[in-house]
Amino acid sequence: MLGNHAIVEGAIAAGCRYFAGYPITPANEISEWMAKRLPEVGGRFIQMEDELASIYSVCGASLTGTKAMTATASAGYNYMQEGIEYAVAAEVPIVIVDVMRQRGDNYPTQSDVMQARYGAAGDHEMIVLTPSSVQELFDLTFEAFNLAERFRNPVIVLSEATISLMHEGIRLPRPEELRIVNRKKPNVPPDQFMPFRAEEDLIPPMSEFGDEYKVLYTLNPHDESGRIAWTPEMYESLYSRITKKIADKADEIAMYDSEFTGDAEIVVIAYGSEARGCVEAVRMARKLGVKAGMLKLKNIWPVPEKAMKDSTLNAKKVLVPEVNTGRYFHVVRETLGCRAEVISVPKNQGRIHSPDEILAEIRRVL
Amino acid sequence: MFCSGCGCGQIMNALLFAIDELKLDTKNMVAIGGVGCSSRIPAYLDMYAIHGVHGRSLAYATGIKLTKPELKVVVLTGDGDCGSIGGNHLIHAARRNLDVTVIMVNNGVYAMTGGQAGPMTLGGVYTTTTPRGNLEKPFDLCKLVETAGGTYVARWTTAQPAALIRAIKRALLHRGFAFIEVASQCPTIQGRYSLGILDPVKNIEYLQQNSITREQAAKMVPEKLVGKIVVGKFVEKQLPTLEDSYREMENKIGHVSKQS
Repeated sequence: MLGNHAIVEGAIAAGCRYFAGYPITPANEISEWMAKRLPEVGGRFIQMEDELASIYSVCGASLTGTKAMTATASAGYNYMQEGIEYAVAAEVPIVIVDVMRQRGDNYPTQSDVMQARYGAAGDHEMIVLTPSSVQELFDLTFEAFNLAERFRNPVIVLSEATISLMHEGIRLPRPEELRIVNRKKPNVPPDQFMPFRAEEDLIPPMSEFGDEYKVLYTLNPHDESGRIAWTPEMYESLYSRITKKIADKADEIAMYDSEFTGDAEIVVIAYGSEARGCVEAVRMARKLGVKAGMLKLKNIWPVPEKAMKDSTLNAKKVLVPEVNTGRYFHVVRETLGCRAEVISVPKNQGRIHSPDEILAEIRRVL
Repeated sequence: MFCSGCGCGQIMNALLFAIDELKLDTKNMVAIGGVGCSSRIPAYLDMYAIHGVHGRSLAYATGIKLTKPELKVVVLTGDGDCGSIGGNHLIHAARRNLDVTVIMVNNGVYAMTGGQAGPMTLGGVYTTTTPRGNLEKPFDLCKLVETAGGTYVARWTTAQPAALIRAIKRALLHRGFAFIEVASQCPTIQGRYSLGILDPVKNIEYLQQNSITREQAAKMVPEKLVGKIVVGKFVEKQLPTLEDSYREMENKIGHVSKQS
């Protein structure tokens, strides 16, 4: 299956019934397949006039209680930051796929790892998933909807030209295997409903347009009733809750695969397509008697801090190969502190490192 | 809420009169506003509402109408929100004949931000960003919406409240893209600085004195129309909405939409 089609199938399996998008390479096959598939499952597709329109129409659809998604590529993802800001503030669950591409061209890259986290204005946390194969494009897009519904926050699937345009065999789960999460609904009479009063998990239940509740969803600072309001304390507590609801659950959200990390003296930390060659390289190093380990991150935000620390207990050196100028490396270094020497291994040529290149780097730094 | 003498309160009133007279159930309605004085109206209404993002109201409306077409969506917007930052969404929503009602409050200035020139600011007048007079001409958004494909288009002012309520009722009942421009007074900013009229009542009188019907306008030469407000209904026709076309396609593929 084509990577971009796996994204569509993962979304539909998760219950996505609305998609709005604007053409951009290398994300077009997502729109094209959605246009064909959604009407077959009772959903609706629309090609909007631009990326801003796409993300806001997705917000509108989500507010009617429909699971909704848009997809774009780096340059188009720039425009969507504004809508992400709104979805954070009004706590609207949406899924955005960014098929990363180089600036001004379609070659693969991992350059948006920081934009995915910090692009939108204002205080926010972000959940960003980094699939490395066509199977993971399906699995993680599916999971993105569950996370968006659970946390009432935008969730980003950070794909890459490399895997989105790749064909690979995948295993589609049977319907009974799918564990679908839906947003919490209010269960109090309308006159008692405080739409932005959170429960213990810091997440408020969510009603939907057309039901018995009436809610204002504003970008502006708002109190628990949803009405526009501003006091220093109210503003602070609103954004403390909106960020903590995710930040506090970072280790619960964390998704990763680790291999040989228990006794590893040198650990490779990679995400997305780049992790593919790294896994091979670490296995090759082990055969050569090198105590190497691999941590493959399937989400990079919120930072899977515990996974990084647990995987580097005996590490003296940590390599962070990336297909960009070396960006997530800074996050790894900040997370691990003085625990190990963290070394950036960038390759910014529109292609991932080969296993031989990573192996050579492992041997070089030993 | 609004400055004293602002037209937004009158227009909000007109909308509520129209809803009340039609006995519409506000549970089935969604009001959307962007940013600006008029865009704040939805925040004061007792119904589901969206507010706070500049210019994107019609984009939200598209997602709402495609997933719950039974909801009645009203967009409250201003000349800047609708005609400038939201202009692209306006023409495309009209082209699709999206089944929504748009009430565009035209005070000819960015009032909330302190009086900068906008796309509907009259030629030659003073604003904070046109200190030597506006060098540009104002948009005729009614003509734009008509050309783009809107199926109900009208313009009134706050000086004709009864006609405005009638028009809003027609627009709310209309199936398709309904657009009403309401020329409104802004004594605090636009009246005081651009027109040199501070008194709210005199501002409304200005709107009344400069209003001419489209029949009168048809007999006038274009030079005489500068600064005049042509009021009346310009378009009312039935054409398939985006929802109609979508249902037709769904029926063809033999699928029953989850909404039907």
